[in-house]
Formats: sequence, structure tokens, C-alpha cells
Amino acid sequence: MENMNKKEYQKYAEQQVPKPTYLKNSLMAFVIGGLICLLGQIIRNWLVKNGLDEKAVGGGTAIILVFIGALLTGLGVYDKIGKIGGAGSLVPITGFSNAIVSPAMEFKTEGLIFGVAAKMFVIAGPVLVYGVGSSVIVGILHLLLKKG
Amino acid sequence: MLDGVKKLGMQSVKFQNPPSILSTYSIVGPKEGEGPLKDYFDLILEDDMWGQESFEKAESKIQEETIKSALSNGNLTNKDIDYLLAGDLLNQIITSSYTARQLNIPFYGLYGACSTMTESLSLGAMLIDGGFAQKVICATSSHFSSAERQFRFPLEYGSQRNFSSQWTVTGAGATILSAEGNGPYITYATTGKIVDMGIRDATNMGAAMAPAAMDTLINHFNDTGFSPQDYDLIVSGDLGSIGKSIVIDLMQEKGYALSDNFTDCGYEIFDSKEQDTHAGGSGCACAATVFNGYIYKEIMKGSFNRVLLVATGALHSTTINQQGESIPSIAHAVTIDINKA
Repeated sequence: MENMNKKEYQKYAEQQVPKPTYLKNSLMAFVIGGLICLLGQIIRNWLVKNGLDEKAVGGGTAIILVFIGALLTGLGVYDKIGKIGGAGSLVPITGFSNAIVSPAMEFKTEGLIFGVAAKMFVIAGPVLVYGVGSSVIVGILHLLLKKG
Repeated sequence: MLDGVKKLGMQSVKFQNPPSILSTYSIVGPKEGEGPLKDYFDLILEDDMWGQESFEKAESKIQEETIKSALSNGNLTNKDIDYLLAGDLLNQIITSSYTARQLNIPFYGLYGACSTMTESLSLGAMLIDGGFAQKVICATSSHFSSAERQFRFPLEYGSQRNFSSQWTVTGAGATILSAEGNGPYITYATTGKIVDMGIRDATNMGAAMAPAAMDTLINHFNDTGFSPQDYDLIVSGDLGSIGKSIVIDLMQEKGYALSDNFTDCGYEIFDSKEQDTHAGGSGCACAATVFNGYIYKEIMKGSFNRVLLVATGALHSTTINQQGESIPSIAHAVTIDINKA
């Protein structure tokens, strides 16, 4: 290895890895993500039709989608959707549900406290921290700009 | 060379009274049992939990049953064994310790990640040739699901795997070495050095481990005077398709033609297209099950007379990886020969 330095080797090694199929991945993410959003729209329309007001319908739709994501995770289906859909099934709220339910299921063997409850946020935790954090910052900016 | 000094060259030993392989056993999970080598494994599990309540307990049971079956294969009991040398991938090598708890055999726990099979064979052969033992068991195991939860994501998490990622083999392999026997024999061992070429990507372990495999191979050839052509088979542990082609490519540059008789356990154990395992198999059990299943049985059939097994290990943890460190890798080689010299 002496005639190849670390940088050269890392570059060489990178070239040996097959390139990700970007076009196919993007297309599948668009289709799967689109289908999940379509499902959300159907649920939303159904809730509106059944008399839920505009304010409550957003929450209601999210609750049902989270439930569907959790159910499909529990049935062992969501990881298979994720393998095909990639970001298309990761980004919608069903993906968030999957990120919480999958560690909760897996760490059941370590008990309800140190297993399920502690490990539940192992993947979704950063999303919550930075999601809530950035919403606070945006909220403060909004307040200041509105007053000014 | 002084009488009684068995060290050969920089990193190798030549055994004066080469220990003989007395018996082997291998157990694999259902996915490995659908792979190209399925007919060579001694037991294929239908359920990778094997009636246990956790993946870790299941892995321990797999290792324990593998060792017990290797004992009964050789018509031996635990009282006949001087040492158990075993290791695995899990933190504090718990699989092996909990296995050893059940076996009542003096135990040395080893950590060489996926290189543990040849680490244990090297040390076991040294114990026997050194006169410290008559019979030794060398064993190791890994489990896809226990490794996933320690190193990666929960099983049901909907993520995509990189093309360079590998699939941890579920299973265990055990070899019983003896001071007396009719072979095949462990004739040489080359101990690897840590080689780290700065690869940080834990989903590309083949590329991280390939330089370690090359370093050990080159030192083995220099120390022993063998050339690649002296072997019927040279087989690395779990480089997978990417690591394998790197080794062939860069060894060519060094003047060693490996392509014909060289392959990799991780490359052979799965049909990567059919079984969707990307770059191939990995884990301690990869080299262990392929050696104790396929290679040993083919040696006994007469297909190979002399084999060089080079199990490779990526000795990282998620903690230090997240701190920005690269992956230190190692490879240990042992020569398995049907003749003593």
C-alpha cells in the first residue's frame, strides 16, 4: 500500500462503488410520496364531507396517517415500502410514524422504560429537536417582523 | 532458525507439529440456507429466533448448539477440550460469554470482528503446537438482526441500503483442533497488523478491509515463500464484491495474480442479485460458516489440497465512527493443508 497514499486510496475506493440510481430513486420517491399524499387528500376530503371543520381537518388527517404508518410498520410492510420509495415514504408523516414505531417495537426486549420509551426517539429525536427548535426561531422572527 | 523457534519472517509462524482439524460444524439462518452454499451447511434454521425471546439470546443459542454439535461430530465431550476460543460482534462479546457459561470449558474471549475465525484458529493452533493443549475449540457467530440493532437501524425502519453495504450472516461455525489426527492440518498462520487507509463509511466495509487483507497476503507470501499459485484456493472472509475486486486489482499492481484461485466468503455465501444482499455477506459467521461448511467439506472430498483462509475484520464502533474516526481493519491468515508439511 506504500505507493498509494490514503487520499488516493479513498478516491479509488469510492470509484469502485456502483453509483446510486438517482433517476429511478427520484421517480419512485415521486410516485410513492405522491400516493401517500393522495391518500392524505382522500382522508381529508372524507373528513370534510363528514362535517369536520377546516381547523380540525388538518389534525384529523395527520392522526389517521400516523396510525396507518404505525400499523404498516407493525405489520412489517412499511420497511418494504421504504426500500422502494426512499425519501418518498421517509418524508411524509407516515415515515415519521415509522421512525418512532420501529425502534419502539425492536427494543421491547429491553423493557418498557429503558427499551420502548427510551429508544422510541432514537431516530425521530433529532427531527423533533430541530423541528421544534426551528419553529420557535421562525415564530420569534415572525413576531418581531410583524411588530416592526 | 533456532531449534524450537517457530516464528517465520515478519508476521508468520510455521507449526512444527501442525494441529489437525478433528471436526467442524456450521449452523446458518434461513436466508443463508437459500443461498448458493446451502448444501454445505450442517443445519439450516427455519426461524432465526430459534424459539428465543431476543436476537442476542438466539445468537447465543446458535453458537452453543454449533459447538455442542462439533463436539458430538468428533465423539467428544466438553471434558476432552482444554480451551474454548470464541468471539462475536456484539458489545463485550456477550454471545460468546453466554455460550461459554453453558459449556464449562476454559474460555478465552476474542474480539477480531469478522476476522475472529482465523484469529481463533491461529491462536488455537499455537496453543496446541506450543504444547499447552491437546484439543481446542475455535468458534464464532453473528446474527443479522443483533448486528443491525447494534450497528445500524431497527429492522422495521423504512430506509434504503447503499450498494456497497453488506448483509450480516446469521449463523455460527466451530472447528475442533487436535494435537493428533489425520488432517487436514493448520500448517501456517500469519497474524495481521491493523491497516487503516482512512475509510470512514461504515456502509463500505469491503473497501475499508481490502488493504488489511492485502497487507496480510503480501506478508504471508514473503514470510512463507509461497506464491498464490501454491494454493488451490485463497479465500478472504467478508470483503464482498467491492473489496474482492479491489484486492484483485491492487494485488495485480504488486505483481500477484490472484484472480483464478481467489474468492471471498461474503461474495460466495449469497446470490447478491436474487437475494438482494448488495455487496455480499459479512459478519463473523461469514468466514466461519463458509470455512466450516463449504471449504472443509470440499477439502475432505479432495477438491482442495491447500487453502489459505484470510478472514477480515473491520474493528470499528458506531461511537468512535460518529466522532469522525476511520475504520481500523485487520486480516489474519491460516494455511489449511491435507499434508503436514
